[in-house]
Amino acid sequence: MSDSKLSIVVIDEDPVRAAILMDGLAEAGHAEVALIDNVNNLLKKIFAIDPDVILIDLENPSRDSLEQMFQVSREVRRPTAVFVDETDRAMTDAAIDAGVSAYIVDGLKKERVNQIVDLTISRFNAFSRLQSELSAAKTALSERKIIERAKGILMQTRGMSEEEAYAALRKTAMNEKKRIVDIASSLVTADRIAS
Amino acid sequence: MLDSQGEKILDGPGGMAPPEISIVHAGIIPLLDCAPLVVAAEFGFAEKYNLHLEISREQSWASIRDKVTIGHLDCAHMLGPMVIASTLGIGHVRTPLIAPMALGLNGNAITVSNDLHDRLITAGLDGGDVLSGARALKTVIDADRAAGRPPLTFGVVFPFSAHNYELRCWLAAAGINPDFDLRLVVIPPPLMVANLDQGLIEGFCVGPPWNAVAVEAGVGEIVATKSQIWHNGPEKVLGVRATWAAAHPHTLNALIRALVEAAQWIEQPENRLAVAETLAAPHYLGINAPILAQAMAGDLPGRTPDGIISDPDFITFFRDDATFPWRSHAAWFAEQMIRWRQIDQDTDVCALAEQVYRPDIYRNAVRPLGLSLPDADWKSEGTGASRGRFFGDAVYDPECR
Repeated sequence: MSDSKLSIVVIDEDPVRAAILMDGLAEAGHAEVALIDNVNNLLKKIFAIDPDVILIDLENPSRDSLEQMFQVSREVRRPTAVFVDETDRAMTDAAIDAGVSAYIVDGLKKERVNQIVDLTISRFNAFSRLQSELSAAKTALSERKIIERAKGILMQTRGMSEEEAYAALRKTAMNEKKRIVDIASSLVTADRIAS
Repeated sequence: MLDSQGEKILDGPGGMAPPEISIVHAGIIPLLDCAPLVVAAEFGFAEKYNLHLEISREQSWASIRDKVTIGHLDCAHMLGPMVIASTLGIGHVRTPLIAPMALGLNGNAITVSNDLHDRLITAGLDGGDVLSGARALKTVIDADRAAGRPPLTFGVVFPFSAHNYELRCWLAAAGINPDFDLRLVVIPPPLMVANLDQGLIEGFCVGPPWNAVAVEAGVGEIVATKSQIWHNGPEKVLGVRATWAAAHPHTLNALIRALVEAAQWIEQPENRLAVAETLAAPHYLGINAPILAQAMAGDLPGRTPDGIISDPDFITFFRDDATFPWRSHAAWFAEQMIRWRQIDQDTDVCALAEQVYRPDIYRNAVRPLGLSLPDADWKSEGTGASRGRFFGDAVYDPECR
């Protein structure tokens, strides 16, 4: 699954550990690897590089800034691997079970780096898929609620039956070339202002 | 067995049963309000309840949350809103956490660079009115926009933090839109002063002692304290994984007792210096003891004739029910998360507050100590005295009971 054209950013202020990571990634055939060894103005640097994957140390104080960046702008969200450079099997397993992120194990061996990059991307993709399914489901749910509310208003104020109310919404939507939910939503808003 | 109020002590989670495990790992961020954990570990309060408290200093709030989530830490000094966000799975994987006690009230402040402070004074900043700084900031922002200058950047410690919401409320009260009129970035507390000094941000909202450190270092001035924005407003909590709490009820009870007694001891003025000297150690805060002791006394450095901004309630560890995990605090945080579009507006704020803030556990644990405890789990926030006071005399009533 490894794609040698992936652009990877390593965020690490420890030169020795950074060198191990960079070597591992180069040996695995990744040509586009950039190192950020000074986290001042981190966001600007990441924007400039626009990487496909980010690797960052669990202990790096800039993790909070990185998380916020991804919350504020979904467009710049990237799969991020958090790594630990110590052999702590229990912690690593627990982290992966919890879906926290990918963790590099076994004292940060070069051979493991590529595997971690793969794992990180697949986890991120799975997570993103889940998130978008969830948000699609949520949108569908709230749209249905708005339509129900609009129908209720028509039934109450115009004495329409449920079926008539829905037909009226649909007819207006077709005439105005708008989605039913948009018509319903303006009706709900108008009703709120009037009352 | 009866406690001092004549109530029967339950033989179970509420009683004084020995803890299931003797070693508890707790994470802290270098901030003054981690004091109850450090003091419980260093001054024998944990040992009194047969616990050995292992404290580890962590680099970021994300790191604290991850280590609690995956069980590397049993509990931590945590941001109140972070417990809610983790329970909802916002910004990260969903892991139910609970807050069975609070770690104090107040403590934060808003600091701006010296340059911006000068501009704010010109624009009407006046030490008497907490909102004058925000109004002056609005004038400065409007002037910058008219002149085509880039927006100002302010630092907060985490997206889900009291700091973020306090700063936003203060800005919004003066007609500033925090998502449009300026840039808010996240920076861990210990890096805030350096970022201000290097001109990467023009201001920040952070907990003690970092505001005082910035002023002492000559890189900024304090323009508002949290107790002026929301007197007796909530801050950090003890964050615990819900599954860990369920599996170790006696250990958690013992820990809460130790931390409450530590908080009570910290609050005594005669103990301030000992607390400050302990926290000053490099493996805790690594900050000079006098700055910490002054912050505890409510004396902050500033451009006043005597060089001191006096705020007697700048940080509170025990009095005014400072360790009680009010569900109304959790509800307020959740309302702010809705207000600033971090969570869905249909979120059931009351149910969420009941799930994450656990005064039931707190009461059960503390009852044998014979302290007077609030009868209710909820209160109207901001009606004065022990209920706290918002600037502008606003009231927040969660209507959840």
